[in-house]
Amino acid sequence: MTEPLVSVSDLRIGATTDSGRRVEIIKGVSFDIAPGEMVALIGESGSGKTTIALSLMGHTRTGCEIDGGTIRLGTSEITAMTERQRAELRGTKVSYVPQSAAAAFNPSKRIMDQVIEITTIHDLMPRAKAEARAVELFRALALPNPDTIGSRYPHQVSGGQLQRLSAAMALIGSPDLVIFDEPTTALDVTTQIEVLRAFKAAMAESGASGVYVSHDLAVVAQIADRIIVLKGGEVQEEGDVEQIMHAPSHPYTRELLSAFEPKLHASPASKEARPRPIIEVRDLCAGYGHMRNGEPLAKVLKNVSFRLERGRNLGVIGESGSGKSTLARAIAGILPPYRGDVLIDGQEMLPDLAKRSKEELRKSQIVFQLADTALNPTHSIGAILARPLTFYHGLKGRERERRVIELLDMVQLPAAIRHRLPGELSGGQKQRVNFARALAAEPELILCDEITSALDTVVAAAIIDLLKELQRELDLSYMFISHDLSTVEAICDEVLVMYKGEVVEALAARDMTAKAQHPYSRLLISSIPQLDTDWLSSLEQDPELVKQFALR
Amino acid sequence: MAPSLLPWFYVVQRFALALLTLFIISLTVFFACQLLPGDVAEILLGQAATPEAVAGLRTAMGLDEPAIQQYVNWLTGFLQGDLGTSYANRIEISELIGGRLVNSLKLAGVTTMISVPVALTLGILAAMYRGSALDRVISIFTISIISVPEFMLATFAVLVFAVWLGWLPALSLSSAEAQSWGELLKAYAMPVISLSIGVSAQMIRMTRAAVIETINTPYVEMALLKGASRSRMVLRHALPNAIGPIANAVALSLSYLVGGVIIVETIFNYPGVAKLMVDAVATRDLPLIQSCAMIFCVSYLSLITLADIVAILSNPRLRK
Repeated sequence: MTEPLVSVSDLRIGATTDSGRRVEIIKGVSFDIAPGEMVALIGESGSGKTTIALSLMGHTRTGCEIDGGTIRLGTSEITAMTERQRAELRGTKVSYVPQSAAAAFNPSKRIMDQVIEITTIHDLMPRAKAEARAVELFRALALPNPDTIGSRYPHQVSGGQLQRLSAAMALIGSPDLVIFDEPTTALDVTTQIEVLRAFKAAMAESGASGVYVSHDLAVVAQIADRIIVLKGGEVQEEGDVEQIMHAPSHPYTRELLSAFEPKLHASPASKEARPRPIIEVRDLCAGYGHMRNGEPLAKVLKNVSFRLERGRNLGVIGESGSGKSTLARAIAGILPPYRGDVLIDGQEMLPDLAKRSKEELRKSQIVFQLADTALNPTHSIGAILARPLTFYHGLKGRERERRVIELLDMVQLPAAIRHRLPGELSGGQKQRVNFARALAAEPELILCDEITSALDTVVAAAIIDLLKELQRELDLSYMFISHDLSTVEAICDEVLVMYKGEVVEALAARDMTAKAQHPYSRLLISSIPQLDTDWLSSLEQDPELVKQFALR
Repeated sequence: MAPSLLPWFYVVQRFALALLTLFIISLTVFFACQLLPGDVAEILLGQAATPEAVAGLRTAMGLDEPAIQQYVNWLTGFLQGDLGTSYANRIEISELIGGRLVNSLKLAGVTTMISVPVALTLGILAAMYRGSALDRVISIFTISIISVPEFMLATFAVLVFAVWLGWLPALSLSSAEAQSWGELLKAYAMPVISLSIGVSAQMIRMTRAAVIETINTPYVEMALLKGASRSRMVLRHALPNAIGPIANAVALSLSYLVGGVIIVETIFNYPGVAKLMVDAVATRDLPLIQSCAMIFCVSYLSLITLADIVAILSNPRLRK
């Protein structure tokens, strides 16, 4: 076997918390990377995958420090180097592709200046040569207008293009090792495909080794040679992609894989004929900006119509900018629609939230994506849940306290949690509280806006199970907005596919993959990465279709 | 609209807003002065005046006209450069203010030239080496200065430099007649020192905060991961994105120089506009008070508008 390019042995990284406590976040991690090999670091948030990846560049984020172990890259002992020596390695021997290129590009400098900055810092080549090399890389990464794209500012190109430009930025110094830190997580699925293909081709051409940090096993299966599964700062399992996918030995790996198994939603058989739909929407139009002649400047929703029977769930899928969150906001009246009708339980709703009666408000509740921003950080959980109880039902004192405990019990949280602040809870717990707040009103319809998107797969699956259970007990209907098709399949009966503010197709969730007719629905469904190492290379999409619909 | 014209559209919009604000200020200043107690004609003629004399003077001064008419007269005069006549000594106000304004602007100019470069350098250095000894020294200095009131600083400066050391004159009256550079320096030293210290302390803190905010962004971390040195990270990546907030911090601090120097001018008896306004209040010289107030507002507004325009032009999203 050849000498590995990178050897990490017994790496320990500690962090100092705000209260001054020392905690160990990486607990003795060891692994090697062979020349030309792509190794994936897989794990959930808090598993330490990004911390390990950054330590390969000799960098730790504020508050963290390498406490022990060694990192060797080529002939350099990174752990023994001074900051100045490490700075010399960065960009030339090891480089970085960030999670969000949109944030990692300096908004006030032209793209070209930033892409070739590594050659300027390390004095690698004259500017003209660097620019020529950059254009070559742009071409290799399949970027449009490779000759001129460099003269633009970052806000003038799309997210998927920026992500590929950041790969050009990483490759310009011909590094031996490239670190990819969740580089496609923030992208839409149809964009992700092209970016992954470009990365794969560029890496094959450069012959460099790579570290690919991700939480998504299906994405990793397409690009990595070997997978290291991390949890709580420790290596759980390490092996070839095929072995991890098909013969995982560690229970945690199996748990991660099981989140991928399709769980089709079996709707509880309708007990009796329901008199009227829980929600009906007719020709709904909404938008943002100045109103002119009764129409807003930026029209987002265009004539959206649908109806949902009581006790059933509607999924709304689409990519960023498709108007799915706007739909929820328009139904709830947060963004009053300028045309069209919303009927909840047969009652026509006034467009503006402020003009609706308390009883109308009670019937439909909305749950937002980020519990962090939806829950007031200075209020205790008890106070957060008590407020809607007083508002809608006039509860006070001991009775209200009893109901708060009951609500916490419904979302499977201990009663004692009501004395805590949102900041003291985990992401999954916060989302449960967020959901309990909606339940406090005793609604009949709950609008869920991407409520599992910010959660780890295992936590998200538990939330979905909770939602189903509550539906059985409380006779709820959900409108479930998500960009994640498998989540929608797991809980919904019907699905609306949205594209640029319009519903392009409405179909039953169970045969979404098989029966989707509209070309955009087909493109979207075929773009979901599968747990199959050959999926990306064998995937064929009609280039015309991609050109027409993919939001690149 | 062509995208390249967009920033200029916002600039024009800012100017229009500034003019509107100025109009509202002129209304406020004029009618606030009208609310002051006492009849001007009676005050001017003294207690021995006959009612006929008072009535005659009122007509002559146009005080019989409705307030709106008086306001329109005053504003049109003001726009044509006619600031009116002082009640107290019958001198044209423009004449009274002219020399004083030059003096005040000189003081402000010298203070700006000293404080802005010093403050920006120290603020950026403090941000660059955050948490270091240098940063702590600068922070302790600025916080203690900000918490000391202006008149304390000025009085201390008099006590130390004029009374104990005897290096500088306690009064600045002679500055207008200063003959040599040395004398000029001496005349300005005290007010400039007191003003610069107060003004820079604020600018240092706000510059430091603005730069630190941009240092914490992912694109500055990205620069670090490209192997950039600390000075490159701060000067090339963080600073260009902090120009907007810094320009605002500088404008806010400097606007204080023109309007808020009343205490310093009074303590050092410096013959500037602020001193003039204080004297005008003592003699109930309404036209003079109005004119001084307008001058302060105009300078304040122009600085803030300038800062906004810098922020607009430095925003890359508005570039083509």
